[in-house]
Amino acid sequence: MYVYQEHDQRLLEERVAQYRDQTRRYLAGELSEDEFLALRLQNGLYVQRYAPMMRIAVPYGLLSSAQLRRLAHITRTYDKGFCHVSTRQNIQLNWPALEDVPDILAELAEVQMHGIQTSGNCIRNTTTDELAGVNPKEIEDPRPWCEIIRQWSTFNPEFAYLPRKFKIAVNAVPDEDPAIIGVHDIGVQIVHNDAGETGFEVWAGGGLGRTPMTGAVIGEFVPWQHLLSYLEAILRVYNKYGNRDNKYKARIKILVKALGADKYRELVAEEFAELKDGPMTLTDEEVQRIKQCFTAPAYNSSADNSELEAQLADNKAFNRWYHTNTHAHKEAGYRAVTLTLKKTSRVPGDITHDQLDAVADLADQYSFGEIRNSHQQNMVLADVANSDLFTLWQKLDALGFATPNLGLLTDMVCCPGGDLCALANAKSIPIAESIQHRFSDLDYLHDLGTLDLNISGCMNACGHHHIGHIGILGVDKKGKEFYQITLGGRGDQFTRVGEKLGPSFEADEVTDVIQKIIDLYVEKRHENEPFIDTYERIGMDTFKERIYG
Amino acid sequence: MDKVIIDGAIVDNLWRRLEGESLENALPEGKIIVPLAYWQANRDTLIARGEVAVWLAPGEEPRDLEDDLQQLPLIAIHFPAFKDGRGYSYARELRTRYGFKGEIRATGDVLRDQLFYLQRCGFNAFEIRSDRSIEDALAGLKDFTVSYQGDVMDPRPIYRRA
Ligand code: HEM
Ligand code: SF4
Repeated sequence: MYVYQEHDQRLLEERVAQYRDQTRRYLAGELSEDEFLALRLQNGLYVQRYAPMMRIAVPYGLLSSAQLRRLAHITRTYDKGFCHVSTRQNIQLNWPALEDVPDILAELAEVQMHGIQTSGNCIRNTTTDELAGVNPKEIEDPRPWCEIIRQWSTFNPEFAYLPRKFKIAVNAVPDEDPAIIGVHDIGVQIVHNDAGETGFEVWAGGGLGRTPMTGAVIGEFVPWQHLLSYLEAILRVYNKYGNRDNKYKARIKILVKALGADKYRELVAEEFAELKDGPMTLTDEEVQRIKQCFTAPAYNSSADNSELEAQLADNKAFNRWYHTNTHAHKEAGYRAVTLTLKKTSRVPGDITHDQLDAVADLADQYSFGEIRNSHQQNMVLADVANSDLFTLWQKLDALGFATPNLGLLTDMVCCPGGDLCALANAKSIPIAESIQHRFSDLDYLHDLGTLDLNISGCMNACGHHHIGHIGILGVDKKGKEFYQITLGGRGDQFTRVGEKLGPSFEADEVTDVIQKIIDLYVEKRHENEPFIDTYERIGMDTFKERIYG
Repeated sequence: MDKVIIDGAIVDNLWRRLEGESLENALPEGKIIVPLAYWQANRDTLIARGEVAVWLAPGEEPRDLEDDLQQLPLIAIHFPAFKDGRGYSYARELRTRYGFKGEIRATGDVLRDQLFYLQRCGFNAFEIRSDRSIEDALAGLKDFTVSYQGDVMDPRPIYRRA
């Protein structure tokens, strides 16, 4: 992973000092609520329903075991002993005290972590495929480009007070979209031209929230040297012309839509013409320097898989886990392993301090000391030798992280909702829990196959409900909590926004409705046909009839 | 006299920014900063008067002054609210696209915690909001000693610096 040099570390320490003084001035009454708000948000601090929430940046989801142990220590010392993996690969604390945040940031800085730009109207954490670097389908490792974007976006002086938040995602897999770049403010698709040179297809104007939409291609092939100049051009146009009067119309997606992609492209081209070949142009040395931080670890596995094969044949539970929760790897003899943070009765994505420590130990023992967060609120050990899989599985099982439900209905994505979030229309965690209980039978779950279910407590869409095959959205009707269901969203091979099923339901009806949707699917499906394909084949009306008919 | 930060030092503010009613009567003596629209409507008279500068509100871009830059010793960019970040792009554009060498002054809701970024985008003068201490604000120019990106002060990003 990227290792800080002296200047990176200095920058972080200066940031801590700056924020410590800002907090002091706020507490002394020298900064107004509103002035402090913008400053604390850019350090990840929200003030929520019961307490502040703090978002800690995990650049493109990548963590070292030392960082994980520090997070364990922080949740133990400053919070209630657990934290939350977010859909943007970050870590969220639920109950830190505002006065403690400077100390938390100082402790984070010691392990090269921070809360910089995890919130506020600025460029947020750049995200990517959680299997980056080991995914056999990727055309190259996207992480060096993510790191290059991270440095450019960190404290970029021109883009700290944008009209609204700004999220960038990078994908290096052709024909699939594991980073859901289609619903990001900017999506960067890594491509190679005929000469084999790296470039980027750059999308802009995607986003979820209250007006979900997918982005448009703005740059078809941006040569790698010009990546930052091109991003800067897109941002500058947005900074100047994005709507600042109405925060619901302030995202770049609204501007791209209002101007039209062609006009946006033209404005970007104008800015780009000025920046291109200027000092921001990336140098080969710099790209190589960053790439050096992401070289493959010292793989050393035997070609002999007979032991693993025997274990797979002997143990049905292990076999199921292997096929559900582990992934093909670039390196022969290795697998990437997802730790599912979605056991029944566990809040999706939550993890306790002792579990964080335990995962750090497992990473050291079995995966070269690195861990990744996934946007589906799970964690990944990306470099596990086949010969270690069985032992690792047993240890994960003991921790409750081996539930073989990755990609299945109970691998739900769920926002904090009304239990914690002040913006919520409705609770989301109890809905997730009720569904988990109903669908806890593993044979049944496996029979249902791949299914993305996403829950958000309001239209801000932190739980990505629009792109769930089944989406659940909390709505408020005359002060009562209701839930609207959408079907047919996709965040898999490509992104698509789901359609509304019909009038919303009360909390205690939701699980039954999900059951009916599932029953209809089971009745109508062809052999081996996943839910989303059946839905696309038989159409929304069939589902409407069944549910409301 | 009011104070202003110019090039890192607190000095007397010799310029007066005019808006609204103060433009309806005869212009005051001394150095004045007028709104863009007023400048455009009275350009020749103002040039003849001398000691005049222009201020831009959000939505008014440097391009609108493209042909006037030679005449102007100072351009002010006004921040009705510090969260409206358009002015950062305007200042940068004045410096790097149009090569403007005069003073670029931030006016309005200008506060200590934004100064570091404002300076990097090309502002060299700051009228700190009057209810805040200008001495205190001065410290904001030195929040960081290192930056990843190039900026108006040094166009080289960190990977091109020696
Ligand atoms: C409880 C504190 C939180 C608050 C107050 C909050 C607030 C918001 C708001 C207002 C938006 C809509 C932005 C817009 O459309 O302009 C949003 C979007 C989003 N949030 Fe949160 N959020 C919170 C927690 C989370 C958590 C825990 C996650 C991850 C699980 C998350 C992930 C996201 C994502 C992925 C989006 C969608 C971005 C898009 O519109 O494209 N948020 N959030
Ligand atoms: S979707 Fe709504 S309820 Fe859920 S975390 Fe986001 S803002 Fe809160």
